[in-house]
Parts: sequence; C-alpha cells; structure tokens
Amino acid sequence: MKTLRDLSRYPSAIAGLVIVAALVALAIYTVIAIPYDEAIRLWRGGENIWAENPKNAQPVWVNWFSAVKRPETMVFNSLDATESGPITKKREAISAKTTDIIISFPFDYAYDTFPQDLTIFFTSTFEKKQPYVNVTWITPDGQEIGLGEFSIDRTYSFRIPQENKLKRKFKDVPVEQALFTNAPVKDTHPLQGRYELRVQALVFEENADVDAKFVLYGQVHGLAGTDHRRRDLSISLLWGTPIALAFGLLAALGTTVLTMIIAAVGVWYGGWIDELIQRFTEINMVLPFLPILIMVGTLYNRSIWLMLGVSILLSIFSGSIKGYRSIFLQIKESPYIEAARAYGAGNLRVVFVYLIPRIIPVLIPALVSIIPSFVFLEASLAVLGLGDPVLPTWGKMINDANDNGALFQGLYYWVIEPSALLMLTGLAFAMLGFSLDRIFNPRLRGL
Amino acid sequence: MTTKDILQTQAEAAVVPTAKDNGSLPLLSIRNLDVWFELRRWGFGVAGYVRAVENVCFDLHQGEAIAVVGESGCGKSSLMKTILGLHRPTRGEVIFRGQNVAGLRGHQLKAYRAQVGYIQQDPFGALPPFMSIQRILEEPLIINGWKDPARRRERIRQALEEVKLTPVDDFLAKFPHMLSGGQQQRVVIARAMILNPSLIVADEPVSMLDASVRVEILKLLRSLQAAHNVAVIYITHDLSTVRYFSERIFVMYAGRIVEKAPVDRLLRNPRHPYTQALLAATSDPDARNAEVFREVPPGEPPSLVAPPTGCRFHPRCAHCIDGLSNVQDPPEIEVEPGHLVSCWLYR
Amino acid sequence: MIPTNGNQPTLLKTENLTLHFRTGRGVVRAVDGVDLELHANEAMVVLGESGCGKSSLAKALLRLLPRNVHAYSGRVLLEDHNVMLLNEEAFRKQVRWVKMSMVPQAAMNALNPVLRVGDQVAEPVIVHNGLRKEEALLQARKMFQHVGVPADFLNRYAFELSGGMRQRVAIAMSLVTMPRLVILDEPTSALDVLTQANIMNVLKRIKKELGISYILITHDIATSSELADRVAVMYAGQVVEVSDAARFFTRPLHPYSQKLMASVPKLHGNQEPDFITGQPPSLFDLPAGCRFAPRCPARFARCGQPPPLIEQNGRRARCWLYAPDRRDP
Repeated sequence: MKTLRDLSRYPSAIAGLVIVAALVALAIYTVIAIPYDEAIRLWRGGENIWAENPKNAQPVWVNWFSAVKRPETMVFNSLDATESGPITKKREAISAKTTDIIISFPFDYAYDTFPQDLTIFFTSTFEKKQPYVNVTWITPDGQEIGLGEFSIDRTYSFRIPQENKLKRKFKDVPVEQALFTNAPVKDTHPLQGRYELRVQALVFEENADVDAKFVLYGQVHGLAGTDHRRRDLSISLLWGTPIALAFGLLAALGTTVLTMIIAAVGVWYGGWIDELIQRFTEINMVLPFLPILIMVGTLYNRSIWLMLGVSILLSIFSGSIKGYRSIFLQIKESPYIEAARAYGAGNLRVVFVYLIPRIIPVLIPALVSIIPSFVFLEASLAVLGLGDPVLPTWGKMINDANDNGALFQGLYYWVIEPSALLMLTGLAFAMLGFSLDRIFNPRLRGL
Repeated sequence: MTTKDILQTQAEAAVVPTAKDNGSLPLLSIRNLDVWFELRRWGFGVAGYVRAVENVCFDLHQGEAIAVVGESGCGKSSLMKTILGLHRPTRGEVIFRGQNVAGLRGHQLKAYRAQVGYIQQDPFGALPPFMSIQRILEEPLIINGWKDPARRRERIRQALEEVKLTPVDDFLAKFPHMLSGGQQQRVVIARAMILNPSLIVADEPVSMLDASVRVEILKLLRSLQAAHNVAVIYITHDLSTVRYFSERIFVMYAGRIVEKAPVDRLLRNPRHPYTQALLAATSDPDARNAEVFREVPPGEPPSLVAPPTGCRFHPRCAHCIDGLSNVQDPPEIEVEPGHLVSCWLYR
Repeated sequence: MIPTNGNQPTLLKTENLTLHFRTGRGVVRAVDGVDLELHANEAMVVLGESGCGKSSLAKALLRLLPRNVHAYSGRVLLEDHNVMLLNEEAFRKQVRWVKMSMVPQAAMNALNPVLRVGDQVAEPVIVHNGLRKEEALLQARKMFQHVGVPADFLNRYAFELSGGMRQRVAIAMSLVTMPRLVILDEPTSALDVLTQANIMNVLKRIKKELGISYILITHDIATSSELADRVAVMYAGQVVEVSDAARFFTRPLHPYSQKLMASVPKLHGNQEPDFITGQPPSLFDLPAGCRFAPRCPARFARCGQPPPLIEQNGRRARCWLYAPDRRDP
C-alpha cells in the first residue's frame, strides 16, 4: 500500500520494520516449537529436566570471541554403546552368577579450561543384590586414577568432585582440575588429549544390568547460557518474545482504541459527559501508575492477565485523551459532520463512522510508539519481583539474575541478553513509530 | 410494521416527484421565528442572548426558489440551520407540509430531515475525506432505511448521472481530494438530492468555486430544481448571481428580514436603505470603477447580543427618523404587490 | 497612441521569472516564465483562477520560498536593480518590506493572537529602520489613520476586531515601512460586500495619498476593476494577456479572458452568463502547445505550438489569433 511505499523512504523505518518482523517471526516460531504448557513445565525446572545442564554456564558462542576455549557440556550414555565405539559396553561372565560389565567412555578434551563438574548417573536393574562399581580415570599420558568403588542402587549419582577421598588426595586443587592436569597446581592449563572414563560394574544376578551416563559439565552451554537452576536461558529468551510482544500490543491497542472512543464520545455529546470525563482523567493522571500496579500485584495476585487489565484500565484515562479531544474538537466543526446530521445520522453513527476514522492516521503512530512502554512496563514489574510467577519472561530473567548476584559473579550474559532484546524491541517500535508519525503527520516531514 | 419499515416505505415512495403546488398550501411556512443562543456565564447562569434570528415570517411554495441575501452575522446561517432541523427555534413555528417541525424529535425529526437537502459552501469540507464517492452517496440512503444494496447502487448511479458526473463508474471509487472543486460540489448536490427532498437549502453553494465554474453549477442546480419541482432556499452574499437563480429575494440584516421582493423589482428598485447600499457596493466589471469611491454606509453590522433598539439599521442609515426609527421596530409595509419593506420611510 | 501611466518610470520589471516546486508527484511549474512591468503609482491586477500560479508569483517576487523549490530563476528589476542577484540577507535588508511588501491571503487570520495589533504593525519598522518602540508606534498610528482604523485600536488584540478591521490592520502592516510596491493576495475574498467596498476605498485612497503601486492578485473580476490600471491574466503558470484596464474590461483579447469575462454574472444587463467547460490543466502535466487550447472555442491547427506573448496595439496576448502573419480561416 501507499503507506509501505512511503515507509520505504525512511531507512530507520526499514530497519525498525525488519527487526519487528524478525521478532514476530521468532515469537510465532517459539509458540509453535515450544507449546505453552511445555514452556511452563520446562521453566518450572527440576532435577529431572535440567540435570544435564551446568549451572550458570555462559553461552557457547563466547568461545568464538575468546582465545581461551571453554569446555562445552559432553554427555556420554552407555545406552549408546556400540560394537565399534567410541562408547563400548562389554559383558564378561566371571562365574555362574557374576558378570563383569565394562563400560568405556573415551573422549577428546581440547579445551583450555576445566569443566565445571563431572557426574556419573547410574541406573541398574537387579532383584536383591546391589551391583558393585569401580570407576577409573585414564589421562592422555597414561595415568590411571581410581575414582572410587562402591555399590549402587537402582538409581545412583556419583558426583566425582564431591568424593571425599579424591578431595583429600588432591589437597588444595579442585578435583575437576586435578583430573585434567599433571602438575597439580591450581588453575593451570588442562592437558589436552584423549581421556577415558572406565566403569567396571559387577552384577550378581543373571538379569541384572548396569547403565551409566557420564556428564561432563561444560563452562559454556547452549545458545544463551544457563542459570542458577540449570535452566537453558534460551527458553526464556524465546518465550519472552511472544509474551513481550503480546503484552505490548494488547495493552497498546486496548489503551489507544478505548482512549480514542472515550475522547470522541466526550467531545460529541459535550455537556456534563465531557466534563465528567475530563475531571476523571485529570484525577487519574495524578495517580501513581507503578505503585498501584505493585499494590495490586502484592495484595491480589500477580497473573499477567490481571496486570494487563489493570494497566489498560489505568492508562485509558491518560493525558492522551486531552490530545485526542483537541483534535476531535476541530474535526467536530467540519462541514461534513453538519451535513451528516442534516441527512439524519444519529449520534452513535456520527461518532463511529464520521469522527473516529479521521483520527486513525494519528492513532497508528501513537499505537506503535506506545508498544515499547508496555513492554518495558511488563519487564519492570518482573524485575521488581512482581512478574507472573510461572511465565518465563525477559524481566524475570533480569530479576533472577539480580537475585543471584549475577553481576557480582561476572555472569554478564544473564543480564545482557534480556536487556539487549528489550532494547532492540523498544528501538524497533520507536523507529517505526517515528517514521509512521512523519508519514501521517506531513508537517513533521522536514524534521 | 416497525417505525423503520414505515420510514423505508416513505423514503422509497418519495422517489416519485410530486406535482407543482400552485396557489395551494405553502410547502414551508415560517411564522414569527426567533432563534436565540444563550451566552453562558462562567459556571451557571445566562449572561445574555445572541439574537441571531428575530421575527422572521415567510412562505415558500413547492418548486419555488428564493434567495436570502445578507452579510456575515446577519443570521442567515442560523435561519438555515433551524430550517434544516439542526437547531431548535426559541420561539415561533416552522411549518412544513402543515406540520410544525420545531418540536420534533427522534424518528420524526429524522423523517423531516430526509425531506430537506443541504448543500454547503465548502465543497471539500462537506465530503468526508476518507470515504469514496460511492460511500458518501450511500450514507444518506443507509441511514434512512434503504436496505437493499442493489437499489442503493441504482439510486447512486441515477444521482451521479443527474449531476453529470459521467462516466459514473469512474467516479464511484474516487475520493474527494481527487476531484476538482466543481466536481466536488456536484457530489454534494447529488448527495443533497439523493433522498428526493422537497426542499433544498443551499448555503453559498458557489462562493468557494472559481468564477468560470460558478455559473455551470448554478445552472445545474436550476435545471435539477425544475426537473424535480424542488423548492430551493439559496443563501448568498453575491447579489449578482441571484438573478440567474431565484424568483424572490429576501434581504436580511441583523437577524431580521428587511425587504422581500421578486428579483427584478428588487434589483431595479430597491427600497430599503440597506438593500440600496448593498446594490451600490456591488459592481460589474468596469474600468471606470477605479476612478470613483463607493458610497458605503458608515459603521459595521451590530452585535447581535445587544442590538440597537427599533430599526436595526438606524445607526448607519442616512434616512434615520429620530424618535421613530431608533425606538420602534418598523412594521412590514407592502409598497407594491409582492414587494414588502420593513422601513419607517414607507409608513 | 499607446496609453501609458502618465510617463511614470518603471518600478518593477520581471523577465522570464520562473518558480517550479518539487513535490512527491513531480515538478509543479507554478510560475513559468512570467514577464511583467509595473510603473510607479500604478495598480496592476493579476487575474486568474485557482491553480494558475498567481499566489506563487507573489512568493516568487518576495522570495518567500518553501523548501521544495526545484527551479527559481529569471530577472527581477526593481528600480533597475536586478534583485535576484542579491543573497538572502541582502534581499531581506534591502528589498523585503523595504521596497516591496505583501498582504498575504487571509492575512486577517494570520495576525498574531497574543500581540496587540499596534505592536504588530510597529514591528517591521523596528526591525528594518531601527526605530525605537515609541517612534515605531507613532508610525503605526499614522498608518492606522491611512487605513481608517481608529487610533485607540492600537492597544487591542486581533480577536477583538472584526474581519474588515483586521484586514485593514494587515494592510497597515504592509505600509508601515513606506514601501514602493505592495502585493495584495486576495485582499477581499473572505469579506462581505460592504466591507469589500470599504477596503477597496481604503486602497484607492492610499494609492492617491502615498503614491504606492499595487500588484493585486485575485480571481474576482468585479473587485479587480475597482482598482486596476492594468490587468495581467494568468493561466496555468503563464501570463496570457497584459492590457490596460479600460480596454480589458470592454474587449479582452485572449479567448480565456473573453470566456472569463463572459462567465461573470452581471447585476445589470441581460446577458446570460457563460461558463468554460473542462478544467485547467494540472501543473504536473502541461500540454505541449497553447495551454488553453483544449478548452478554447477558437482553437486551430497552430495551437499545437506554444504561442509567445504577441504585441497588439500596446496590449499583449499569448494567442496565435493575434499573430501578424495569420491568415484568416
């Protein structure tokens, strides 16, 4: 349409439009790829969902910009064992009832720093007698380090760095570092090469079996990193997009449309209706917006729909009513309105068919420009701890980061990622809004 | 049948033009009409009244064209708005086809408004800029109960053809800003005629158009008037167009009608000093005009809040009769058949 | 004998004055090569309908240009000096409101609502002549006298005055620096008949008393005859006829002028007024030959070529009908 052509003359508008389109596409993809219930479930977290993620890990792409290559998480599962490897699982019968199961996890370690953690998750099947497990660590230069011998239950996790014997053995050096370096001095370079973790399990029944999952927790994980609850942050980044856009759009739409209708009705009917609306608006303008939302959130409940509703309600009777009112007052005097009354148009028809369409050119830029305010509002509420308790949103990420001292710990990505997305959204809509304003309001074109 | 159905049948029945009423009941009869606007004092109370129209009386027959001439502030707009039903009179009666429309409300008022067409001064302002021509012409039909879209479309075509905006299909989808001033005014005329009214009020219909187009539009209006036997009230301040358009002229000053006469008589022999001044100030193009100063009555039209007592024109009139003109309202005196003047000079 | 204005010297002469605007839809050739001549103490009327470029001509003369100018050229000789050569600052100091001033269209609505009218009228002399406030107000008072506004109105605000009074104030504002030439753009179009007559009286009197020249831009032919010594008719950005008033109002030369005169409804006389079919050409898309040819009743083959202004007995018409080598059809 003509508007799109006009927009294309402004580079900032094109940039804004592209970014908005990208965000919308991302939102749509997210809602389809990770359905709502799934997202809530994932976000609620828990050991069984995020067990394989490291805590507070930076995003994987940090490695691209750094000379120091940090390890990514590696997961080795004995269930994936094949004949040829690399993971192998062999069963050797030793006696009638005893079987020796040997699981080998070889891997190449080519990183410059140490992994965060090393855990082996055992699952076993047996009837009465618990299997007995022996874990060995083999370094590239041939050293064999015994990590521990113990019997395991049907599920058992063995966190290698927590093993007391190892801690005593390596004294000051953390276990996960000591396993990777020869000279047991803290924070030196890990030895790069082929390592192997060998699990030797003895089972005492015929049908007993042991499986192991070895997780080497990296220092970097995922596209967006992880948080203190091992959750992949890309979930909340992705899901934050549709929530932010939906909240912003719905609030902006609801507010502008309702404000416009109220202004039109007030101007057209005049008299005490107009007076009432104006006085009500003036009172509402004085009321503090954020504290009221905080009150509602604290005393009632924090559901995002409630926040949306209250935001719209408080924003309808805002200063923009006065702006629309002055425009409508001018339009009201137009000859065609008088003509419409002369051929019998009723009051409602005049308001909706003759007055309101005149203001739509003013409405559209205002609508687009106000979307970021509501996006930021939602984020602000979340940052203040009043966000929706179940939804993964950008503001919630910042809130979590704040609560967990992210900046103190140097976990900058946790704060920067949601902030960057918020800024990008705001910038895109603002650029689009300004350009639309210039198109619909020709007198601004020279600026 | 609901009121809406009644209105619809009424509306559709009115498409058939009625025969000319000659000598029978007038179509429109204004009796002692006063239109006063309140001046509100800050908060409550009334500070005074703007006496926009005072004691206006006249009759208008079906198919007749009259011109109401006067300067700004003389009350012609308020008179016209009252006739259109856009404003309620303070006193007096507006009798249309025997019914006093002054007190009508709701559906009855709507039915009356459908019988009176309105042509405004500003052709562009009179058309909603965001509606296509088709939509603009459809609105009066929709509002007045024309439910069938096919019949509406047909009527719109008819209307556009009558105002000679052809080929019709070219114009239906256009928007007002795409048309010239003359074309826009034709759309306004089409819209005014589309409900087949018996009366049309035209407020300065050509004053915002170029000189070369004015006559065309006036001739169009004249032909439409004759074809449909519509009564027309033509409001203007340009005396020179009045000849080509109307049979009678009413001259208004400060809310009152000061002279009523057939056009030729008034232009040849104006009686009221104000009318004489108006005619003296209206010139035909002539190079000799540059050499003379025109006689203009001193002063300005009075404020309608506190108008002068007696004859409204007396402060500016060279023939003011002290003790009479400035004290008593002059009566309406018939100086020749059909020619009435409100002036003490002719007592 | 060519009638002149009593051997008065030439005050203003434009040669090929051109002003084109650049808009979203193309180039508007609003003023397209206009040649005009104005003598001292002479009133020239520029007559034309909407869209013919007459308001743009006023802007071109006073260099009140908007941002989207595409072309602005030609010579403007004011008292024999080509003022087109002056830069912006020099033009402002030496010409605008010093030698030439303007009463713009709807000037009565353009008065500053928050200043008293006396102050507004005094402002140009403070700026240009460096007078102090009291002296400037004295000058304003003198101007008020010339235009017929009572002196005590100096302290009033614009909204307290009627339309006619405001227009007189606007005229006073244009005269206060005693320029030689005043351009008036539709000075009476929004006013009532009696007020119009009053304003024309004012203009006539000022012309007599102060010896000023006017360029009066209007579409109202009857009003223009009240003041005109000479008439120039504009159509589609060009001047199509220049003539002295006496001969113009009785026998116009150009077919457009003739049709225009014929379309004026006359108060006296029995002629049924005429109208011109069609519309003026869009200034984006002008015809190649004579711009009036599509609507001209007298068009013939040669009208496909653009006609120049042809001299005819001391008048000029842009029409092939007056070409000296024309053979009668």
